Amino acid sequence: MSQSNRISGGQIDRSKTLSFRFDGKSYQGHAGDTLASALLANGVRLMGRSFKYHRPRGPLSAGSEEPNALVHLRSGARQEPNTRATVAELFDGLEARSQNAWPSLKFDALAINDRLNTFLTAGFYYKTFMWPAAFWEKLYEPIIRKAAGLGALTRQEDPDSYDKGFLHCDLLIIGAGPAGLSAALTAGRAGAQVILADEDFRMGGRLKAETLEVGGQAGADWAAAQVLELAAMPNVRLMPRTTIIGAFDHGIYGAVERVSDHLAVPMKGKVRQTLWRIYSRRAVLAGGATERPIAFENNDRPGVMLAGALRAYANRWGVAVGRKVAVFTNNDDGLRTASDLRAKGLEVRVIDARKGEEVIDTSGRLGLKSVTIRSNGKVETIACDALGVSGGWNPNVNITSHHRSRPVWEEAIAAFVPGEDGPVGLTAAGAAAGALSTHGALATGQAQAIAALADLGIAAKADALPQAEDAPVAISPKWYVAGGKGRAWIDQQNDVTLKDVKLAQQENFTSVEHLKRYTTLGMATDQGKTGNVLGLAVMAGLTGKTIPETGTTIYRPPYTPVAMGTLAGRSRGKEFKPFRLTPSHKWAEEQGAVFVEVGMWLRSQWLPKAGETHWRESVDREVLATRKSVGICDVTTLGKIDIQGTDAAAFLDKVYANNFASLAVGKCRYGLMLREDGMVYDDGTTARLGENEYVMTTTTANAVLVFRNLEYARQVLWPDMDVQLISTTEAWAQFSVAGPNARKLLEKVVDQDISDAAFPYMGAGAITVGGIRGRLFRISFSGELAYEIAVPTRYGDALVRKLMEAGREFDAIVYGTEALGVMRVEKGHVAGNELNGQSSALNMGLGKMVSKKKDSIGMVLSQREALLDPNGYRLVGVKPVHKDGKLTAGSHFLAIGAAPVIENDGGWLTSKVYSPHLGCDIALGYLKAGDQKIGTQMRAVNLLAKPVQETLVEIVSPHFFDPEGERLRG
Amino acid sequence: MIINHPILGPRDSQEFVYLGAAEMMNRPDGMSAGIEEFHEWLYHRDNPAGEHRELWYHEQGDRSWLVVTRNTLTHEISRVELARDVAKAMGRSK
Amino acid sequence: MRYSGFRVIAEALTGHKGWKPVWRDPAPQAEYDYIIVGGGGHGLATAYYLAKEFGQKRIAVIEKGYLGGGNVGRNTTIIRSNYLLDGNEPFYEFSLKLWEGLEQDFNYNAMVSQRGILNLIHSDAQRDAFTRRGNAMILNGADADLLDREQIRAMYPWLNFDDARFPIKGGLAQRRGGTVRHDAVAWGYARGADSRGVDLIQNCEVTGMRIENGKILGVETSRGFIGAKKVGVAVAGSSSRVMAHAGMRLPIESHVLQAFVSEGLKPLIDGVITFGAGHFYVSQSDKGGLVFGGDIDGYNTYAQRGNLPVIEDVAEGGMALMPAIGRARLLRTWGGVMDMSMDGSPFIDKTPVDGLYFNGGWCYGGFKATPASGWCFAHLMAKDAPHKVATAYRLDRFLKGKMIDEKGQGAQPNLH
Repeated sequence: MSQSNRISGGQIDRSKTLSFRFDGKSYQGHAGDTLASALLANGVRLMGRSFKYHRPRGPLSAGSEEPNALVHLRSGARQEPNTRATVAELFDGLEARSQNAWPSLKFDALAINDRLNTFLTAGFYYKTFMWPAAFWEKLYEPIIRKAAGLGALTRQEDPDSYDKGFLHCDLLIIGAGPAGLSAALTAGRAGAQVILADEDFRMGGRLKAETLEVGGQAGADWAAAQVLELAAMPNVRLMPRTTIIGAFDHGIYGAVERVSDHLAVPMKGKVRQTLWRIYSRRAVLAGGATERPIAFENNDRPGVMLAGALRAYANRWGVAVGRKVAVFTNNDDGLRTASDLRAKGLEVRVIDARKGEEVIDTSGRLGLKSVTIRSNGKVETIACDALGVSGGWNPNVNITSHHRSRPVWEEAIAAFVPGEDGPVGLTAAGAAAGALSTHGALATGQAQAIAALADLGIAAKADALPQAEDAPVAISPKWYVAGGKGRAWIDQQNDVTLKDVKLAQQENFTSVEHLKRYTTLGMATDQGKTGNVLGLAVMAGLTGKTIPETGTTIYRPPYTPVAMGTLAGRSRGKEFKPFRLTPSHKWAEEQGAVFVEVGMWLRSQWLPKAGETHWRESVDREVLATRKSVGICDVTTLGKIDIQGTDAAAFLDKVYANNFASLAVGKCRYGLMLREDGMVYDDGTTARLGENEYVMTTTTANAVLVFRNLEYARQVLWPDMDVQLISTTEAWAQFSVAGPNARKLLEKVVDQDISDAAFPYMGAGAITVGGIRGRLFRISFSGELAYEIAVPTRYGDALVRKLMEAGREFDAIVYGTEALGVMRVEKGHVAGNELNGQSSALNMGLGKMVSKKKDSIGMVLSQREALLDPNGYRLVGVKPVHKDGKLTAGSHFLAIGAAPVIENDGGWLTSKVYSPHLGCDIALGYLKAGDQKIGTQMRAVNLLAKPVQETLVEIVSPHFFDPEGERLRG
Repeated sequence: MIINHPILGPRDSQEFVYLGAAEMMNRPDGMSAGIEEFHEWLYHRDNPAGEHRELWYHEQGDRSWLVVTRNTLTHEISRVELARDVAKAMGRSK
Repeated sequence: MRYSGFRVIAEALTGHKGWKPVWRDPAPQAEYDYIIVGGGGHGLATAYYLAKEFGQKRIAVIEKGYLGGGNVGRNTTIIRSNYLLDGNEPFYEFSLKLWEGLEQDFNYNAMVSQRGILNLIHSDAQRDAFTRRGNAMILNGADADLLDREQIRAMYPWLNFDDARFPIKGGLAQRRGGTVRHDAVAWGYARGADSRGVDLIQNCEVTGMRIENGKILGVETSRGFIGAKKVGVAVAGSSSRVMAHAGMRLPIESHVLQAFVSEGLKPLIDGVITFGAGHFYVSQSDKGGLVFGGDIDGYNTYAQRGNLPVIEDVAEGGMALMPAIGRARLLRTWGGVMDMSMDGSPFIDKTPVDGLYFNGGWCYGGFKATPASGWCFAHLMAKDAPHKVATAYRLDRFLKGKMIDEKGQGAQPNLH
């Protein structure tokens, strides 16, 4: 039965036959088909199962509002759940399977829910499954979760790629039906920059689905001709297959372009979809209208469809959904369906609610077989295989309410139209604005384009409009058929029926938000595009309020669901965030370094030598070699800020808690930076290179933040200070050279005299390295005689090689961040784990550094009562009493014999390392009244370890190694 | 959102970093003001529903701090100024 | 009317004719002993516990819109007590314990589902911080587990383990954490309060406060003046606006947090997962939607809607962690206005006005706090003394330097 329901006409290419499979069975369709139109052409009406009752379902619509015909499209890692067959463009080899049905679409075990429907009413689950409490997670919920959900993800990585782009225009036109085309022609001819976006793969909107004439030619032909004219305009960008997903602030719209979804797989180098951010000066919504159903018993069977969809399948796709058709309508547009279908040679029975006729029931388990009609007291059942339903048309106001504007009820068309307070710069035209005739669409499209461009100072002409029908909306609202005992569906996907709305009303869930949340009305993948207005109209009827009094829920982005991959674009996998590489990265790679992520940076964590099998071997060796002779470490990642100006010294006194004005030229000083709340947030050394010239270093983590805050201080707090800043983090490659032989090594590389006399401890100044300009700072994080040497970044790789070559005679090594961490803990220097944003200078044992003789950021509030608590946290050193005792960072301090409860909590271990120098674990920690507890014993307890780790520790000074600092002055 | 930078013209707000209310520009002087005054300045906000003057920093741009007047109900931006100019007009100097 | 499986069956067999309104719609009386401003989760819970646990009477909840229309109906439904600091952890653990008995207590199935929460670790420093936190949790009587990479792989083998920019190195799990059906919490408390005589008054906006000689006398509303001996304000998101009626400036900014739900999917994620190297956390609802979120938009707003950059940022975090969700579709976004406080922690306190009490500053963590917040606010209002787990939530804590700053970000609300 190949395409048994295909009839003449339509905008499909019959010369191109495409093969596809649905639920394993092969079919054929044509280019221009959707999956739904092709299946219907093959006589397949059953395409899915509903969410709750697992009712057999076919398509309700022919567009993106589809609630029922959801399938798994494609297979393997490309499987795409919940795909609307009504918008899935047919391609050769397409493979789709039904979802939410087991073992098969025709025989679905969970259809038992349909039999049990009387128990499964709205919100029944709130009233039961409560006893016994433990059964919820163990029994009830797993069953519910397994039964719920719709389609499935494969758990494989999405193999396709996605992109993002930015577009700018004078006028964005959303929708390319008669209104959108009219607006685009008007604006395009006026020379404005225009983007015309339409979610369909072919532009023309409803004109493709109608037999109406425009300007004396078939509407679809007229549309095609206008598209050709627009395509020839260089100032107009046509974007078919592009859905505007949301209106954001200031004329920014999100758009999803389906670049490759009409292909089996994207072409090589092409993305699947692109997310566009469109910056528009003005926008016109010409998104059309969506037909709404009428609720009557068993109005959900495959073959029951919106009347306009029935007509679209016939006119656009040459498909007769059924041979014997009934049309149930409350308005004249339904009659248009009847006449179009009759013109196609189909037998049509009209049931016009305005004449007292109504459909009271239907039959056909897997597809419509008959409808029962009540007509002025007479009941009859007629055989038919398709039923078109028209309850009127709802303008697609969605995007106009993305900024929370409420749509306004318009009695004349019995529908909501856009409110006045929609997104700034957006107006609506055509059916979206409630102008439901073709002439109305053409006229309002033109008028809105002219008005929008006039705002921008662009004059546009009102060309004569082509002749088109201008039939008034003739509707007599009918929302549901009263008096039935069975179920009449309102939200088909979520199985919300008239009874559910009645129950919600009975239980006082009468506000529209309560109705939605209690019954789940409008919360399915179609977001209530067909059901929402119907549902609230029913509620209005039940409560005796008018529809505008009852109100409407807010439409929110996105207009139609958007793939997560599209929203993420290229930011995934290793490309999630950019890599920042240090100047020695290539060299380190050659050495087989192990790298670690430090913010965006990759730094060498350690550099294993041949034969080393455990990271500790490498790290211990790096530490010992540095302390014994000399080690080199790339410290380029530290933030570097050049500060110049006659007020630079005064400026530093403002931003550092300690004194800087007294710093001599050619010297460095350690500085402590506070937030205004008195907490330490950064530290580093700043060198005075000249009278009015400083270079500041910050921690790696805070480089950006410190710079931002300095700019704030300079521009906002003290705007008259003569001080200029520039970040030079990327400009200088900087290496620490540390160890007893550091000077000897550097003397081989640096052109100048760097003897202790010429370059004393904390000295700083310009140098050259083989004639290349550089900087040298005699500062130490490791506690050794140490320098930091900087050269322009492009020489960084050369410098590390030169240092290693010069250091060969000293057995120089390069150490990574682990060894760096070991040495700084041995010296008791604070770093990230101690600079946690919750700690004051006093907590760190640096309280005296905060000068009260000057106004600096954070000084005043650092003196608040609780922050001066003598029993507050203090930084301490921690050593196991027994050398083999193990420590863990994050363990808490408990007094000996104290129970592990919060009242006894003494603080915690912040950083822990193994000290090869001391031959045991050591740690830093914040301990309550820690300065008073030096020399005492406590327990460091890690309750997370299995078994619990309890280590007897001695509280010591945080300066484990060379506390007098003799080595660094050497 | 789009911020119309007084020097650079319209820029996506993604290029900026937000700090908060421009009330914060009134930082007291630490040599004369005490804890209570600093506390009121640092911690309390008008937080209006409506017009709000606020500080934005053009981090991925020219590093200007801006005072943006924006409506917190509609997000409409009615004015953008260089924060340095505003600060000076407020009498801030060194 | 008591709910049960038996009742559901009995009603089903008799045409559901017996179901009663879940709450009344009373007109406001002239005066109450207690007025709670705000018919969201915290306000309804406060009224419920005032009536049930503290034996108080003559209570009204007044709500500008509809019951449960605040952030209780606009969040990602997560419950947990994995806090670090002394001021917070006992409170949230108390809340979690209340969640555990809530449904039996108020006879409404709010689907409290303890399927666990997992905070992923991507660096050694994060592991150190989570070890500190996990120990603090256990010391406070909560549960915590530190998992290694392989244990996480066993739970969620399809996370990005092999091509990650920031590899998964472990995680801190709280198995008693989970999710709750958010709307049902509001409805359950509302029903429980109503049945104990509390007047729930919807569509009633507070337009002013009547204060004389430093004492509250009642509130002016869109439905007229309503007198009260005590007024408690629980309107997080709008706190500054409402408290301005009492002449107070608060240590709070209003910000929008967007949240997201995908189309319904067959079960994929059992518990809650948070990404430690980007802004993304996710769980899956019983209906099958992936419910997820990320960071706040970051600017002051009352507009209840967000912008595209944050939507993209959250999706990027999601795809970085879960490349298998690329073809799942984002169905709906929404934005809730948060009271972002100066240290990221809330307030439950008296105010300088006698008889006026304030509950707010919940940042984006208010949902999980709902039961304890209600209980502790009721305790404060009934006894004029803070509950023992909520002693730190004072309005004067910044003056004293007693910040409760879990993130260590200082006095900048958008960073908490």
